[in-house]
Amino acid sequence: MLRFLIRRFLFGALVLWLVSVSVFVLFFVAPHDPARLVAGRLASPDTLALVRHRLGLDQPVVDQYRHFLGGLLHGDLGYSYYNSEPVRSLLFGRLPVTISLALGAVVIWLVIGIGVGVVSARRPRSATDRAATVFVLTGLSTPTFLLGLMLLYVFFFRLHLAGFDWFPGGGYVPFTQDPAGWAQHLILPWLTVAIVSAATYTRLTRTSLLEVFSQDYIRTARAKGLSERRVVYRHGLRSALTPVVTQLGIDIGALLGGAIVTENVFGLPGLGQLAVQSVTTQDLPVIIGIVLLAALFIIVANIVVDALYAMLDPRVRLN
Amino acid sequence: MTAQLGAVADTPAAESAGLPTPIAGRGQLALAWSRLRKDRMALLAGTVILLLVAIALAAPLIAQVTGHQPDEQFRQTGLTSAGLPVGPSREFWFGTDNLGRDVFIRVVYGARISLLVGVLSTILAVAAGLVIGLAAGYLGGAVDSTLARFMDLVLSFPLLLFAIALVSVVGPSVPLAILVIAFFSWAAVGRIVRGLALSIKEREYIEAARALGAGNRRIMLIEVLPNLVAPVIVYTTLLIPIAIVFEATLSFLGLGVLPPTPSWGNMLSDSLQYYQVAWWFVLFPGLALLLTTLAFNLFGDSVRDALHPSTTHLAGTR
Repeated sequence: MLRFLIRRFLFGALVLWLVSVSVFVLFFVAPHDPARLVAGRLASPDTLALVRHRLGLDQPVVDQYRHFLGGLLHGDLGYSYYNSEPVRSLLFGRLPVTISLALGAVVIWLVIGIGVGVVSARRPRSATDRAATVFVLTGLSTPTFLLGLMLLYVFFFRLHLAGFDWFPGGGYVPFTQDPAGWAQHLILPWLTVAIVSAATYTRLTRTSLLEVFSQDYIRTARAKGLSERRVVYRHGLRSALTPVVTQLGIDIGALLGGAIVTENVFGLPGLGQLAVQSVTTQDLPVIIGIVLLAALFIIVANIVVDALYAMLDPRVRLN
Repeated sequence: MTAQLGAVADTPAAESAGLPTPIAGRGQLALAWSRLRKDRMALLAGTVILLLVAIALAAPLIAQVTGHQPDEQFRQTGLTSAGLPVGPSREFWFGTDNLGRDVFIRVVYGARISLLVGVLSTILAVAAGLVIGLAAGYLGGAVDSTLARFMDLVLSFPLLLFAIALVSVVGPSVPLAILVIAFFSWAAVGRIVRGLALSIKEREYIEAARALGAGNRRIMLIEVLPNLVAPVIVYTTLLIPIAIVFEATLSFLGLGVLPPTPSWGNMLSDSLQYYQVAWWFVLFPGLALLLTTLAFNLFGDSVRDALHPSTTHLAGTR
């Protein structure tokens, strides 16, 4: 187990390093000049040279990268070209929004996804099961931004016209400031992320549960005279949830890097919105910071999932 | 999954793969095809897909019939006196957009982009995934560990984020969108193919082929590859809608297909500011997108059922 973890962490570090190199290279082969963007279109050559010097852009690429890497090892991600603020504090300022969005969405999609999955697996090929299949396929087919737009139209705009201002059309209120307002601002974004993701979980739960139901120990449990409820939830669901756990880890990891689309549709000031903003302003240090943070979340989530998997299922051997 | 594709009768896919066609016996693909033909959902979804392809191909003809070009602005008839889009009418079936352009003909032309990007990027991704996965799984050893690590690497990249950064640097375009989507999809295919190849190469018939003196290339192409056809077909049909959504998302964020070329994603992006006054501007491109991805997903689902009937049998016994 320990050897496995060490190997995975080393590989994770390698991935992070490669990610940082690729983003760095990407921006240096680009035909853009960040100094010109920062200094403005009308800047004199002198000003431009000064800005370039201040941003360290007059040094060779390798030196710039070495400098960046040195800072990174001390947890320093450099300064944003635009906001003259350390990238780290910029990211930490956005993180609570993204975490709020991710956690609420996860709870909703697990309840919907596993719930519908269990119901449809208990009565395969029934009308309920077919309805669940339609739900799954619609969920898989709906682009996130389209669902967000539809929810905005119905629950913000139409209700607003009808005189009910239950759901705001965007923005964010910190939980510490006003918990009710926090939830009110997040409910539509939560639903957007949750509905799109729940489909995958419904399908996973259904498939995995049906497979478990065909195993001998379930027949034994039924033959022992256990109640159907006990058979389904205690014996069946417990082992059927292993693939769900795997998927969950991966999804949480990916989501913490920023729900780019949802945050942009609903104007939530999270990491995803920051990502799109910094891409349009060519704010290289911030982009590298976000990409690295997102990669870190994905890597850690993958390691946690693999380790959990081995603990949940003794048949899995880590090699 | 144990069925082997030795005897296949009159299936186009099998023939083009260069397999022998014996007189009798129905192989896996032939059986799947006959199951698929009886599936009403598959027929419906397949019809929708064919219709979409026909619309995409006939877009210039449709433009001629309606008399509207996709980037033609109708400042007199297509905008209200306040400069706002006008609703559906006899002249503009789906209404107009914020620049007084015909939403109907733009939705029609948008089908070209969606299908082009969706299908091309999927073909690229599947081809790359097939070659790399097969090489990794079958050859094993150092080749496998290098390629498998590389696939892990691609899969742990924050995909959309990286795609956005890449596109913003290089500048958005249709070919770039296709390459980006393909690059971020092939690794998933590669991993599945690798897993299958790993298990297939341990079978006895592979050993038999080797004992008969077959080389690596022959075994990979003639003995292993046909066994990968079924899962790869399923994956392909399910990858197309993902690619279509990916393109729409990139275009929605302003990083895919650039205006004035109509794409469902960039139309929806434009409509974001007008959804309160012009529902048709959101509804029709949105519906077109949803219908397309839904049709591909339904079709893919039916193909999967047709190729793996065991799951449905399992479901039917309870």
